[in-house]
Amino acid sequence: MATQSATLTAQNSRVSNGVALAAFTLWWREVVRFYRQPARVVGVIASPVLFWVVIGSGFGSSFRSSAYGGQQNFLHYFYPGALIMIVLFTSIFTMMSVIEDRKEGFLLSVLVAPVSRSAIVLGKVLGGTTLSTIQGLIFLAFAPLVGAHIRMGDLLLVALTVFLVSFALTALGFAIAWPMDSSQSFHAVINLFLIPLWLLSGALFPLSGASGWIRALMWINPLTYGVEALRDLLYPANPAVFPLTSSFATLILFAAFMFGLAFLMVNRRTTRPAA
Amino acid sequence: MASKTPAYAVAAPELEIPVVTSSVISVHDLVHRYEGRVALSGVSFEVQHAELFGLLGPNGSGKTTLFRILSTLMVPFGGRAVIMGYDAAREPDQLRRQIGVVFQAQSIDVKLTAEENLWHQGHLYGLHGAVLRLRIASMLARVGLSDRAHEKAETLSGGMQRRLELAKGLLHHPSVLLLDEPTTGLDPGARRDLWQYLQILRDEESVTVIVTTHLMEEAEHCDRLAILNEGKLVALGTPSDLRHEIGGDVILLDAPDPDALAERIRRRFNVDAQVFGGQVRLERENGHRFITDVLEAFPGEINAISVSKPTLEDVFIRRTGHKFWTDREKEQG
Repeated sequence: MATQSATLTAQNSRVSNGVALAAFTLWWREVVRFYRQPARVVGVIASPVLFWVVIGSGFGSSFRSSAYGGQQNFLHYFYPGALIMIVLFTSIFTMMSVIEDRKEGFLLSVLVAPVSRSAIVLGKVLGGTTLSTIQGLIFLAFAPLVGAHIRMGDLLLVALTVFLVSFALTALGFAIAWPMDSSQSFHAVINLFLIPLWLLSGALFPLSGASGWIRALMWINPLTYGVEALRDLLYPANPAVFPLTSSFATLILFAAFMFGLAFLMVNRRTTRPAA
Repeated sequence: MASKTPAYAVAAPELEIPVVTSSVISVHDLVHRYEGRVALSGVSFEVQHAELFGLLGPNGSGKTTLFRILSTLMVPFGGRAVIMGYDAAREPDQLRRQIGVVFQAQSIDVKLTAEENLWHQGHLYGLHGAVLRLRIASMLARVGLSDRAHEKAETLSGGMQRRLELAKGLLHHPSVLLLDEPTTGLDPGARRDLWQYLQILRDEESVTVIVTTHLMEEAEHCDRLAILNEGKLVALGTPSDLRHEIGGDVILLDAPDPDALAERIRRRFNVDAQVFGGQVRLERENGHRFITDVLEAFPGEINAISVSKPTLEDVFIRRTGHKFWTDREKEQG
């Protein structure tokens, strides 16, 4: 009996193809589909600049506060927040493709293939992460305009921050999109999360000036640590509230937790139609 | 053809599990419900090696549910579905290696080229590199899409897209091919081609093919049929055996008052005359002789009369007591 179960385990490990190949192919498809749709490419490059300039300049002339750190104007203060906003929107909305794949039937052919469900999560989430990380990094080209001269070593850390935030949010988007059958309901749920998550991340107003309960909410918002880490790296002269290491630790935990959540969602076996 | 040996055959010595039955597919007492509504109740049948097997039934008969269970998309409430010795509910990964699936809905990615679609599909089945490239080229040639390999799938015609779906399902050389309503949306020429191709697969590659359909005339192409109605298996056999069980001819009578006529025929000739859709219907050997008797017995009460060899629809009516398409389903299209 023992030998039988041993051979069964050996078989099971052989049965699913390598996660890597399946994840790679799903990731590549996500990227190819993106650049095959020119409207999306234009949106990725144009929208961040538009957001930042319009919102930043608008607020900048309305509010002058010393809380932003003396010589900094709002356009400077808002830059890391704008970066996170771009990553937030792109990450979560790329996962609308989960719903499209389900509707268009592509997902069905993946679900009947001998592919472990973790490969599906990994491929899709890394695909979305790649796109939003690239978008975030494109926006970094404007950093010199706000007086942030990033050193080479810091640039890698900035990229890592953007990657971690993208990965965590894409995984969140995946977990939300997986059980949904319409993009309208996805929008409804996402808007519920998205705006408060971003507003309370220190993107628009600083943690230090917030009142008690708002401050508590900002403390438990994982996105705050992304904004803080970026602020730390972009403006070393104005030290952030949290040390860089604790921000990174929080972001890694956030990414791991969200991926775990997406993994749990996708592994539910049901007696309902899969699609 | 060098690529004829399936890739999974390499790992076969370890993968082999003693197969208890000789049949390729064995469905035993399958039960399923959706939110309290019964979709399948106790369906059992076996499918043999290299058989072209049809699941025939109207919408809502349970054939799509059965298809989903066989293709491991859904776990049944009760019973077992076993393909090539693997249980669909317990060993889905092993089973998935054995089957190719062609869905009713499109599953190709229209933003990708025909070749890219197959490339991704190959990766999902563990194929890669030069082997995969050879497979793709030969598969595209087989479905007649070699010259369109580098065009986006959205530019292909409906028939070509269906052929690409088929290529996708066959790329890993499965022993069993499952197709859900494969001819939906195809013109008659493309339908004929598809059925011919399925027969070639059965004859030359010994692939066991399972097709769901709601079309009687298509079901005639199958070696054997399972006819489903309201989640139950109502008939199982070859199309000709099923038709022969009717025993004789099917006679339809148009009359101003079909109910009264049916009643009188029942009394006079001691046959089971029923009214279906405003017509009196009965089954009788030597129909041509019987109709002269009827016409003589009820002069002026019959507007039109027809005698025909039984069809699968007649089998369905006999087994279920109602027509294949009820009026409600017709409205839904």
